[in-house]
Amino acid sequence: MLYRSPAYRIFTWLNYCFLTLTAIVCLLPLIHVLSVSLSGKAAASANLVGLLPVDFTTMSYKATVNNMHFTKALLISVERTVIGTFISMLFIALGGYALSKDERAFRGRTVYVWIFLFTTLFGGGMIPSYILVKSLGLMNSIWALILPGAVAVYNMILLMNFFRSVPKELEEAALIDGAGHFRTLFSIYLPISLPAIATLALFTMVGHWNSWFDGMIYMTNPDKIPLATYLQQTIVQQDLSNSNVDLTQVKNNYSGQTIRAAQIFIGALPIILVYPFLQKYFVKGIVIGAVKE
Amino acid sequence: MNTSTETKEATLLHTGLRKKEKAGNLKRAWPLHLMVLPAILLVIVFSYVPMAGAVIAFQDYKPWNGFIHSKWVGLEHFRTMFEFPDIRQVIWNTLIIASMKIICLLIVPILFSLLLNEVRSIVFKRTVQTMVYLPHFLSWVILSGVLIDVMSDKGLVNQIIAFFGFQSVFFFGDGNWFRVMLVVSAVWKEFGFSTIIFLAALSGINPSLYEAAEVDGANRWKQTLHITLPAIVPIISVVATLSLGGILNGDFDQVFNLYNSLVYDKGDILDTYVYRTGLVGTKYSFGAAVGMFKSVVSLVLILITYRLAYKFANYRIF
Repeated sequence: MLYRSPAYRIFTWLNYCFLTLTAIVCLLPLIHVLSVSLSGKAAASANLVGLLPVDFTTMSYKATVNNMHFTKALLISVERTVIGTFISMLFIALGGYALSKDERAFRGRTVYVWIFLFTTLFGGGMIPSYILVKSLGLMNSIWALILPGAVAVYNMILLMNFFRSVPKELEEAALIDGAGHFRTLFSIYLPISLPAIATLALFTMVGHWNSWFDGMIYMTNPDKIPLATYLQQTIVQQDLSNSNVDLTQVKNNYSGQTIRAAQIFIGALPIILVYPFLQKYFVKGIVIGAVKE
Repeated sequence: MNTSTETKEATLLHTGLRKKEKAGNLKRAWPLHLMVLPAILLVIVFSYVPMAGAVIAFQDYKPWNGFIHSKWVGLEHFRTMFEFPDIRQVIWNTLIIASMKIICLLIVPILFSLLLNEVRSIVFKRTVQTMVYLPHFLSWVILSGVLIDVMSDKGLVNQIIAFFGFQSVFFFGDGNWFRVMLVVSAVWKEFGFSTIIFLAALSGINPSLYEAAEVDGANRWKQTLHITLPAIVPIISVVATLSLGGILNGDFDQVFNLYNSLVYDKGDILDTYVYRTGLVGTKYSFGAAVGMFKSVVSLVLILITYRLAYKFANYRIF
């Protein structure tokens, strides 16, 4: 009854309007970039483009795809994302499985857990890590982008908790049938925790795709930088360092806003494509991770 | 006498059993040790070795000398650090920017989830959620490319401002505006994602509480005040407490991609400072000292806040 009071009805209408507006505001920048990337050069550099393309053209996408540096960086990003996600998931699954056993079955488990957890509380910092990678000889190697962050401790703990919810009877049955731990993990645990694995894999992929700082400090050879670093260097730094204009920058300015917008949009596209799959699971994953046992 | 021999025998038997058990355990457990091995090795190399490498904060580290032959200088870098007015400003910037973000990213998501909780239509709710979570997954590289474009002196926003007859605003060139931009853009990116935990708490409230309140004649506003809010106070206090551990974390990715030399005085944070002086300026030891200061203070804060969250909200992280 009280829900039908006039005041509450007015509130409901305002609420719906407000929520719709806020949600749209979250998408505006992406829509703007997309429309700039599909607009004519003149209209874009005169800032005439709002949320719809002006003088529709796909020129900027053609130019971007034909840009050697861009495609090279794109390939490196794909490479690091594929290899990095595979290695990360493999190590996390192995570690998460072992740590999901209790102390009686796996003496030393608690020590291992603390070794992992401490790294989430404290770190050596940017400079010692840089010196380490440099002295390991990993500069300009794709492994510098993959190995340092391969063991994501939060993901491993999440997976550990997930494995713990698997009924004990399954493992016992496998043991009786003569399966070892590796066999049990790969033929029983992994198949039944596929949704959890897929979620973590998607998160890891997004992380790799978006990661730019490691590419900036570890890759001194411009031919080896991943796409995120390439975008950071051409899009962000160009805007800010107007004072020391050099030839390449003049060229960049000439090629203009539409190409930059196209590059930004291509950079964001994989995330947008993966997002619907991500969204299906991450809410659950976060809530499970936050409210434990 | 008799009893003591008995216990002795029992203990002997017991240790014998334990030994046997231990051997059996090791036999069954070695694949488990093997499984943890890759992850442990990586963590030792890429997390613990840099922690040990942080000793260069007490040295005058030169790359060609290595850790072993570099000169030890004790606490000198830390002394310079606190005598340097630059750093005091940087710490101050970090504290202001981080605390403004923490406060706004607590209030906005709570209000937003309360409003979203009033929505009956599940389709509408899901659609809004899908849209507001998206910015969380885009990187600051992408977002700053867009932001700098839209907020530039001839960009979309300034055109609107000019349309209403106001002076155009130099959002990324003025220190005070820059801080505001940092907070606003961080809230814009993360508020949606931060609602997840509050929405989960809201959906866990027992519906019969609302029914009872309605019978008692409480309207929706009264119900929000007396049922909804008290029900989510525990999770709010946990989130608030835990976020204090990040008070020295201004978000490197965001600041680095948005700032420029015009706003260093008000926008430079500890991480960007370490990068510029330590890595780019190759003052490795000094940079490591500043970084260590941040890590140690953060560690202490995190341990305190975990303790507080456990004591007052009975929330266990580990």
